[in-house]
Amino acid sequence: MKARNITERIMNLIFTFCGMIAIAAVIGISGYMIVSGLPAIREIGLKEFLLGQVWKSTASEPRFGILPFILSSIVATFGAILIGVPIGLMTSVFLSKIARPKLAASVRPAVELLAGIPSVVYGLVGMIVLAPAVMKAFGIKSGATLFTAMIVLAVMILPSIVSVSENALNAVPKKYEEASLALGATKIETIFKVSIPAAKSGISAGVVLGIGRAIGEAMAVMMVAGNVANMPKLFGSVRLLTTAIASEMSYAGGLQKQALFSIGLVLFIFIMIINLTLNTLLKGGYSDEQ
Amino acid sequence: MNNKSAAQPLNSRIAAGRRLNELVLRALVYLAALIVTLLLIGLIGYIFYRGLPNLTWELLSTQRSVLAGRIGILPNLLFTLYTILTALVIALPVGIGSAIFLNEYARSGKLVRFIEFSTETLTGIPSIIYGLVGMLFFSQRLGLRSSVLAGSLTLVIMILPSITRTTQESLKTTPQAYRDGAAALGAPKWYAIRTIVLPCTVDGIVSGAILAVGRIVGESAALLFTAGAGYVLVTNYIKALSVSGGTLSVMLYVYTMEHGEFGVGFAIAAILMLLALVINFAAKAARKKLKRVG
Repeated sequence: MKARNITERIMNLIFTFCGMIAIAAVIGISGYMIVSGLPAIREIGLKEFLLGQVWKSTASEPRFGILPFILSSIVATFGAILIGVPIGLMTSVFLSKIARPKLAASVRPAVELLAGIPSVVYGLVGMIVLAPAVMKAFGIKSGATLFTAMIVLAVMILPSIVSVSENALNAVPKKYEEASLALGATKIETIFKVSIPAAKSGISAGVVLGIGRAIGEAMAVMMVAGNVANMPKLFGSVRLLTTAIASEMSYAGGLQKQALFSIGLVLFIFIMIINLTLNTLLKGGYSDEQ
Repeated sequence: MNNKSAAQPLNSRIAAGRRLNELVLRALVYLAALIVTLLLIGLIGYIFYRGLPNLTWELLSTQRSVLAGRIGILPNLLFTLYTILTALVIALPVGIGSAIFLNEYARSGKLVRFIEFSTETLTGIPSIIYGLVGMLFFSQRLGLRSSVLAGSLTLVIMILPSITRTTQESLKTTPQAYRDGAAALGAPKWYAIRTIVLPCTVDGIVSGAILAVGRIVGESAALLFTAGAGYVLVTNYIKALSVSGGTLSVMLYVYTMEHGEFGVGFAIAAILMLLALVINFAAKAARKKLKRVG
């Protein structure tokens, strides 16, 4: 009996420890990002770092301005949302409201599978198929552009937008739609004027999740965006926050390496803001359900 | 859907403009679903079309040799297996333990909410950040350098949230009566969890593990700076932990971007695609079984 008591105590401790690991990981990651990201910002100067338009990390007189990366990341994400959200939302409407259960059950796996494809595979297909197509279609010298990155990111964020929006649409109380139909609205009118507005907090959560995915994606973008530190131009080669880190990390040293960690810190702050927004949106949910 | 018959007579009376609007929107909805489906079919078809012809026995069964001008991915297949094994062996007990704590032990709602918030935060952090911190902490601070172990430990933190969540979900569906019954018979908490509650959650744990395998196989950004892109054959698992080893996804990137070997890239992409299909179906099968139990 006593031995059993001790086992119980030990297991209690072990489980508490396991539970705390998530907290420790978040604190540890935040700590590392801040501690390793601040020195370079202090040395370069916050204004020069964030608003400088020139990134020449390997020049004899190096310049570390990351405005091009910040803007490219924002523009690429915005473009991906612009392309991905309409398609994703419409697909979720199809799955949740229009398609018969059997048809929906055969389209839904396609969406799930898209989510399971590794980002390097998207990058490879983007590089071999999409980039040449973009090059030909717009008559430019290289297809590795911001525009190409937008399309690849749009495809990559589709699954999260579709699944979160579908859940939100499914959660809309049936009586809202029934009331609308009873008032003489057609099915489509009901979906677009009643169901979607009622599900808007869930749908925005899907969009925010997509923003987080797009802004954090590194490898796929690396393979299709050309990777030159330009200010964002739709048909120009660009470097994003993520790819700026990934492309120089393997050989960087000294201040250059520290500056890469500072870029990581900026990205981390972006992500944290997005996470907090997402959390509030998801908590918001259905206050008026009754 | 059962309102269709009631709505039908109205349809004939609605104005032409409204009907056009309706038609356009309906067409757009179908178009979007068609785009998504064709996109997937196109992707799978193209990757297999370009990849399968390059997927030779030589590629699968040898290692890279610069002298012979040959590329083989056998070492990387093994490194992928080692990475999966190492990450799961650590992440499964911790993730399950964390779920048990949240669902069975924790008494303070505030603490539970804080842990759940942390778990959600971990889910949202992009892999490149994990790569940076993994490099700083596991590779440099703990002195593991660029190694399979450092990469696997980084992945542990990344897959922990999904294992915790799936386990927690199936713990929640385990009837409270089981626990009450065990307690009434005098079973201490851990004894009841071990013998009654956990066996009911096996399917949730399995589907969580399968999803985690998918994430590990597809990961590249977090591994590039923690496990590197080693391609030397190491058959001894323990020895492999301490050397740099590139998983398939990492090698896809390295071979296409640094060596311009698109054939090899597509061959690896075909393997990854096959794995994605298998993992997707396996996870679904596990979830279906889970539903039957709950």
